[in-house]
Amino acid sequence: MWFPRLASDRVLRAHPVDGPFALTLKQNNANRIYCLNAQAERLGLHRGMSVSDARAFCPDLQSRPAEPRGDMRFLHVLRRWATRYCPWVGLEGDSGLVLDITGAAHLFGGEAMMLSDMRQQLARGGVSGRIGLADTRGAAWALARHGEGLAAPGAPMAALGALPVAALRLDEGTVTALQRLGLRSIAELEATARAPLARRFGPEPLLRLDQALGRQPEQITPLAEPPHYGVRMTLPEPIGLQGDVMAGAARLLERVCDRLKAQEAGARALCLTLRRVDQEAQSVELRLARPLRDPARILPLFERGVGKVEAGYGIDQMRLEATRVEPLPVQQLSHVSTDSRARLDDLVSRLGTRIGLENIRRFLPADSHIPERGFIVAPAAYSRPEGSWVSLRPRPLRLFAPEPIAGSGPRPPQHFRWRRMRLVTARATGPERIAPEWWLEDDNWRSGLRDYWHVETRQGRRLWLFHTPQRPGWFVQGEFA
Amino acid sequence: MSDLFDSFPLRKARVHEACGAGASGFAAITAARAASDVLWIHETWRPEVLNPVGLSAFCDPAKVLVAQVKTQLEALGVAEETLRDGAIPLVVIELSQPLTLTAGRRLQLAAKDGDTTGLCLISEEMGSNAAETRWRCAPVFDAQDSTLMAWEIIKNKAGTLGVWHVRWDRASRRLDVVSPVGERPGSARASG
Repeated sequence: MWFPRLASDRVLRAHPVDGPFALTLKQNNANRIYCLNAQAERLGLHRGMSVSDARAFCPDLQSRPAEPRGDMRFLHVLRRWATRYCPWVGLEGDSGLVLDITGAAHLFGGEAMMLSDMRQQLARGGVSGRIGLADTRGAAWALARHGEGLAAPGAPMAALGALPVAALRLDEGTVTALQRLGLRSIAELEATARAPLARRFGPEPLLRLDQALGRQPEQITPLAEPPHYGVRMTLPEPIGLQGDVMAGAARLLERVCDRLKAQEAGARALCLTLRRVDQEAQSVELRLARPLRDPARILPLFERGVGKVEAGYGIDQMRLEATRVEPLPVQQLSHVSTDSRARLDDLVSRLGTRIGLENIRRFLPADSHIPERGFIVAPAAYSRPEGSWVSLRPRPLRLFAPEPIAGSGPRPPQHFRWRRMRLVTARATGPERIAPEWWLEDDNWRSGLRDYWHVETRQGRRLWLFHTPQRPGWFVQGEFA
Repeated sequence: MSDLFDSFPLRKARVHEACGAGASGFAAITAARAASDVLWIHETWRPEVLNPVGLSAFCDPAKVLVAQVKTQLEALGVAEETLRDGAIPLVVIELSQPLTLTAGRRLQLAAKDGDTTGLCLISEEMGSNAAETRWRCAPVFDAQDSTLMAWEIIKNKAGTLGVWHVRWDRASRRLDVVSPVGERPGSARASG
């Protein structure tokens, strides 16, 4: 099965366009046509042409940048779709699929019926595809690219004989050389003596010929299905009690956790969707502080979310999916208990269902002299405590946005008012000059250098003051314990 | 005078309160005495944030988890759940409104269930009846030392009241009780 215009079909499916259309890709500093639709092809454009040339040919050409990764994803989607015909489906290059339909054709009423069904389905999906069906992979490839249809079993030559030698999956140089020798079709190649051909071109053309004609075996590599961590349960009678829903969730969770265990993975986020009798669906999302696959630990975390669900006339379908999965290798149990860490992680997950997992944070040290950038606040679920804390000089326990006070000159004021308190400086230690980090844009540091002072007042409060010599002013930014 | 260490490592399975300008320092020293992790509940709208670099003079900031909550209701919910769970032995809660009798009692019961300690940082005259002890903490100026604090216990359900001058020794991370400034030998002028 070959998709000659996979990329442009994909884009046109999402945004239908009338008229010539092309996808462009930047190659070697030039925008070249990557893929184009049938109309553009009829106007004489072809792949690999530079976009400016194409525009000269066809001024109303519409174009869009190509996205090869998205095309590959689309091909995988098509691969998944093709498993409706047979279980063995592999990829063929970047725009083709190879299906081993041995023993599956009769399910669709024969090979011809299967082909027409495939064509119909593809046409309905708006994807142009060309399908070749033959005894061997090589013959099917040749038919899909050069000519269409189905080769009668046992007699490949009848269908392949007239096709050009390019249909044998040979590189371009070999094809040109063969044509120069006058060998234009596969039948002619077959009729030639083998030994001189092998001497002239190496084993490649004959190997491909043999593969196409079934004299050499060739394997199909079907892609494995990616593991899917979703299960569902349909209930004969609607349920509404919280205990019942939790019991259902427990059963689903058991199945999901078995799959996770088989793949040595752990769920990081789970989504439980409850469908009510009136087709309304509600979902309960759960994010975990660490990957888990232990049903007994996950289930209690659902309780809070399930309690909030409106059951209405009752719930008749439940679906549980692990939406985010991380690898979680099997670990040796140790006699040294790691129980407290696990308990802490469970608590963080549970608090996360209440206030959001990213609102539980921990401090990580950062390499900066700027007081407010001397640490990073990171979500506790996604970080581990690390690094060491160094402070060369005492730092305040509390920081706040700078609050201006009255003062002048480079030394801290003797008397000042801060937060409606009259304070008298008893001892001032400093200054400690901190320069702004010019490589980072920060509005708070627009005032330039800061001279920090540790000021102890006669009233007791110990404050962290700073003076900005470049734009004179005094501010309080923190308080010591 | 009674001994600070009768009541200072705060009694377990109870919720305590601290007020005054030195309440954060009191909480930091309590956190330093805690065996393992500490949960610090902070309301996001408050301008004052905990500075881990400053906290590192008291305890390892790696053991502090901060819960950012939007309202006091959320703060109390998080505090109750954590106190009851028992995985984190100390919970520090910054409160902006007085606790109702019910809320205070619920926290006490949760702390009792989980065998954990709670510490509410409140402002003056916001105390709850349910609190086990209430401390008024204020930094004190001293000519020689810049960590001197006055800790006054103003409510104690199971003990006597008292006032102490304490000092935090950064190097050894130890709390020293010292005599009040005026009564110390050789500091007659400083008290003036």
